[in-house]
Amino acid sequence: MSKAKVGIVVFPGSNCDHDVFNVCKNILNLDTKFLWHKQGSIEDRNIVVLPGGFSYGDYLRCGAISRFSNIMQDIVRFANKGGIVLGICNGFQILCETGLLPGALIKNENLKFICKSVPLTVENNKSIFTYLYDIKENIELPIAHGEGNYYCDEDTLTELIASNQIIFRYSENPNGSIYNIAGIQNKNRNVLGMMPHPERASETLLGNDAGLRLFKGIAESVL
Amino acid sequence: MYKAKIIITYRKSVLDPQGKTVENSLHSLGFSLISNTRMGKYIEYIIDTEDKNEAENIVEETCKKLLANPVMEDYSYKLEKVEQKKNV
Repeated sequence: MSKAKVGIVVFPGSNCDHDVFNVCKNILNLDTKFLWHKQGSIEDRNIVVLPGGFSYGDYLRCGAISRFSNIMQDIVRFANKGGIVLGICNGFQILCETGLLPGALIKNENLKFICKSVPLTVENNKSIFTYLYDIKENIELPIAHGEGNYYCDEDTLTELIASNQIIFRYSENPNGSIYNIAGIQNKNRNVLGMMPHPERASETLLGNDAGLRLFKGIAESVL
Repeated sequence: MYKAKIIITYRKSVLDPQGKTVENSLHSLGFSLISNTRMGKYIEYIIDTEDKNEAENIVEETCKKLLANPVMEDYSYKLEKVEQKKNV
């Protein structure tokens, strides 16, 4: 049995928390629980997931208010000492706002909320998140966002490329993201933020299980 | 007391898709002299102090910490002296 203890943070407005719970608990049979954003600690969890949704109604900027939730301080502490943190969609936006990941997510180039399955390439499979994928493997995952257009300055992009921090890239750019970026990890390689939703593609019953290996990978990397 | 009027826009180096779309619309309405359209946010609040320096510091700090994201946004602001309102 895996030693993974997954904590899924619930903000007011999170709406993919139960999907992540379903994958971790019901499909992978992991010790999984929800963490309300007001609590000051992530308890005994060794994997933290910031799920998708519209925390605080996306007021001001996506993720800007959630960043100051009680639990975030403990998540920053956890991440800084190497703890595994996965941010999906709104979770990615929160990680950028918090400064755990570089850059920002701005409005999609075509101004539309895009909800569809898109082709991606696994750009780096030497990460605790993607080692169960092949390098340059083509997978399809759903995206559902209005602000998924990844932006950073030139220097940051050069650094992201040089230190192999880009994990997923869109095969066809849906939202205007710089360098087709769909997901990046931090320098210490323990924090991943991605706009696509692996939790919505983790069961063949639902048509696609390309996302399952990501959860399986992080669960098995906990020793 | 001071009233702060804060304007936040995408940085010049960031493509502003909303500004661009608004500008296209303005052009199709015939306003061909318009260019460099940027869209942003306006935030105002009252600061309970008579010290302008203190008010400025508060505005700067709130912009840096929360109201604007320096990765992609610039902010500018004005401070106006306002009379204390009586509680109704």
